Amino acid sequence: MAPYDLAASLGPVAYALVFGAIGFGFGAVLEMGGFGDTRKLAGQFYFRDMTVLKVMFTAIAVAAVLVALATSFGLLDMGRVYVNPTYLWPGIVGGLVMGVGFVIGGFCPGTSLVAASTLKVDGILFLVGALGGVWLFGETVGSFQPFWLSSYMGRFTLPELFGLPVGVTVLLVVLLALLLFWLGDLARQAFGEGLAWGQVRKVPGRAGTALGGALVAASLVLVVHGQPSPEERFARMPAEVRRSAEERAVFVDPAEVVALRRDVGVQVVVLDVRDERDFNLFHVGGSRRASLQELESPSRLKMLLDQPSTTVTFLVGTGEAEAFTAWRRLTALGVPNLYVVEGGVNRWLERYPVDACVASRVGKADDRDEPAWRFAYATGSSLPAAWPELESSRSFRSPCATPAAEGHDAAHGGAGHGVARWPAHAYTKRVKLKSKTAVKGGCG
Amino acid sequence: MSATREQRPYVNPYLAGTLLGVVLFASFFVTGGGLGASAAMSRVQTGVLDLFAPGHVDRVAYFAEMAGGGRNPWAHYGVYMLVGTLLGGLVSGLVNRRVKLETRKGPRISVQARWGFAILGGAIMGYGARMARGCTSGQALSGGAVLSVGSWAFAFAIFASAYAVAWFFRRLWT
Repeated sequence: MAPYDLAASLGPVAYALVFGAIGFGFGAVLEMGGFGDTRKLAGQFYFRDMTVLKVMFTAIAVAAVLVALATSFGLLDMGRVYVNPTYLWPGIVGGLVMGVGFVIGGFCPGTSLVAASTLKVDGILFLVGALGGVWLFGETVGSFQPFWLSSYMGRFTLPELFGLPVGVTVLLVVLLALLLFWLGDLARQAFGEGLAWGQVRKVPGRAGTALGGALVAASLVLVVHGQPSPEERFARMPAEVRRSAEERAVFVDPAEVVALRRDVGVQVVVLDVRDERDFNLFHVGGSRRASLQELESPSRLKMLLDQPSTTVTFLVGTGEAEAFTAWRRLTALGVPNLYVVEGGVNRWLERYPVDACVASRVGKADDRDEPAWRFAYATGSSLPAAWPELESSRSFRSPCATPAAEGHDAAHGGAGHGVARWPAHAYTKRVKLKSKTAVKGGCG
Repeated sequence: MSATREQRPYVNPYLAGTLLGVVLFASFFVTGGGLGASAAMSRVQTGVLDLFAPGHVDRVAYFAEMAGGGRNPWAHYGVYMLVGTLLGGLVSGLVNRRVKLETRKGPRISVQARWGFAILGGAIMGYGARMARGCTSGQALSGGAVLSVGSWAFAFAIFASAYAVAWFFRRLWT
């Protein structure tokens, strides 16, 4: 399914040619639209020419409709499409600066390329100036780095902002574009051409009406058809992702989790999908409780998507079933480096047992989401078994130890004080850290 | 060249916009990313700087990220796209007889003044584009199509700012 991992599947020459071809289309269309002529561009801001507004917002609306249609019908995996991360204030300030540059210089970077390629001297000089500008930015950004990195909101889209489905948002974008075109034409006639209000033609032209009708119709299809659910998206993921689940490559032995928790080069996050009661009875040290619903909420999901590539996230349930459901859905939503703790908390407690006075075995530690231990009271993460990676966890005071028994540590089942070590468990290494794909669009 | 013959008219803006939208969609569909120009400009600039002052490139974090040590600033998809954009513009210009060495400007300023303002405006634009992490194409167009909040805020900022200052620079264009 699209998009394609071109860097992996193509040789360097073919890779360059694909991007060259896209650039070719980009340049040709800009030139055909008149974006190589600075007077047409600047005319926008004196109400003489609405080309910039029309071309730009038509392109945004058409592409938004096509992208949403492709994801809606399962042709495109939105999780792997680059969405410009939002750095709100640097973006707005940069935009304000660029507006001034646009009016003074008469181009934006893309259009100046087209002007230069058709030998417009002003375009060539603008390009030289722009190269100077990006150089100056590189030299000075160090002095205001905190601002440049501020108001980071990650991958943040309009549907999340408004709490609306994608289809409805796209429809609103289309309607906004059509409204802007209509107002733009009114403003051009009234201010640019100085017509009296009575003489201004208020009915939209034929081309605009045809385009508007097509875009509205396509967005209505989107509204009705909706976007695929995470489970549907998972079903359409590349075969190797589904195979990794079938071959149990995403299920990680508790012993490997413990080993990674000891590794200072890796950040380990453990997310517990059980309910609050089970979580309070016992949970892996430092783990956080989060239901699947919470994990899929936009703010929580954004945190998972934004984690640095040295972070490994483990989902743990009582057994495996619930955690695996969460794994499928979150993987479909694009969360990287995500694994399931093999056998869940049941297996964990089998590997790292707790004192018999705290929890008694009531069932088999299999893959089902049935607790295999009954806890006498809520231990949270206070037991040594919650922190097997710490040598010091062995010296936690044992709740079963009576003052008289303090001397006989070794006799105390699994958990003694200080001296004994956790048994070393053999396991197959399954965690492979992956960094995210690199194509970010032209301005990344 | 074709300067002796009349240049052909530009296509209807709605048609141009639709074609641009299709190209943008094709870019997302095939590569997973949108269109752009300013990131590649940054790479070209860093690449040139790396020829003359490699030590300086290694010391400034922003440049070192692109060309520090053994990194090659030229081998980047944005640069390939930039070359394609230049070629696409040239071919369309040739077909439509618009390739001609000339300066486009407003009626009231001299050619030299237009050149000066083009360089100044370019510098401001280049600076702002890196501040905003993208130009009109990479942020407003590409980010707008995938409904990024920051890209929409950016797009409105650029239009608002241009309209706000247009009156002060009316001598350049009207």
